[in-house]
Amino acid sequence: MSMDCKDLAEFLMSYLDGELTDAQRAEFEAHLVICPSCIDYIESYERTVRLEKECESEPSCAMPDELVRAILAARKKPEPNS
Amino acid sequence: MESEGKLLDGLKAGEPAAFEAFVQAQGPRLLAVTRRLLRNDEDARDAVQDAFLSAFKSIGGFEGASRLGTWLHRIAINAALMKLRTRRRKPERSIEEFLPTYLDDGHHVDRPQPWAESGEAGAIRAETRQLVRSSIDELPEDYRNVLILRDIEELDTAETAELLGISIGAAKVRLHRARQALRTILDPHFRESAA
Repeated sequence: MSMDCKDLAEFLMSYLDGELTDAQRAEFEAHLVICPSCIDYIESYERTVRLEKECESEPSCAMPDELVRAILAARKKPEPNS
Repeated sequence: MESEGKLLDGLKAGEPAAFEAFVQAQGPRLLAVTRRLLRNDEDARDAVQDAFLSAFKSIGGFEGASRLGTWLHRIAINAALMKLRTRRRKPERSIEEFLPTYLDDGHHVDRPQPWAESGEAGAIRAETRQLVRSSIDELPEDYRNVLILRDIEELDTAETAELLGISIGAAKVRLHRARQALRTILDPHFRESAA
C-alpha cells in the first residue's frame, strides 16, 4: 500500500530520526518523488526545528546578586521542625 | 574534571565559598531553563532557589555518576515543572487546531507552500526571535514542555518522559505534534508569498 500525504506527516519524525524500516523508508521516499507539497512540508518542518533551537539558545542570562544572596541565606536557615 | 571534584568536595564539606562558587557558576543556566519553562521571572527565580536548596540537601548523596551541572539542570527542570503543576493553567487552544488537515484521499487540505530563504545567515534578527518565542508560547502547555525539554534543553526522550510522568511513546508523539503545530503557527510568516 502506498503512502499518502497524511501518512507521510505521521511518519515524518521517525523518518528524520532514522527509525523507519527499510520498507517504510522506501514508501516514504516514493511518495516524495511524486509530491512536491510534501517536500515543502518537510523543509518547513525542519526549518521550524532549527528556528526554535536557535531562537531559544541564547547565552544564559545573568544571575542577579540578590538571588545569589537569597539562596545562600536560605541554605543557612534551619529547617522547620528539624 | 579536577575542578569539579574540588568543588564537590567543598560542597560536601559544607564550605561557604564552595556554595557561593556553585551558585555563581550554575545559576545563569538554571535561570535560563526555568524562564523558558515558566515564562515568568519571579516564578523562574523561585524555581532556581528551590533547585539549589534541594541540591544542597542531597549533595552528600551525589556520587558523580553524572556531571554536577547535568544533575542540577535536571533538578531545576523538575522544580520548574512542579511550579507549573501548581499554577492555574491559562485557557489554551487544542493542539488539533494547529495540526494539518487532510482530504478523504489523504492529500493536504491546505497545500504546503515553500518557505522563503531567511537571509539570516549568522545571527537571527531580534524580531524573528520574538516571533518564534511567542509562537512557542501559543502551544498548549503539555506540548510546549516536551518541545522545550527535547529540542532546546536537549534531554533524551526517556528523560523527558520520566520528568513529565508520561510514556516514551507519548513523549515522541507530543514532540512531533508540537513541532507540527509550531510550523503551522509560523507558516504565514515564512511562506514565500508572505515574504
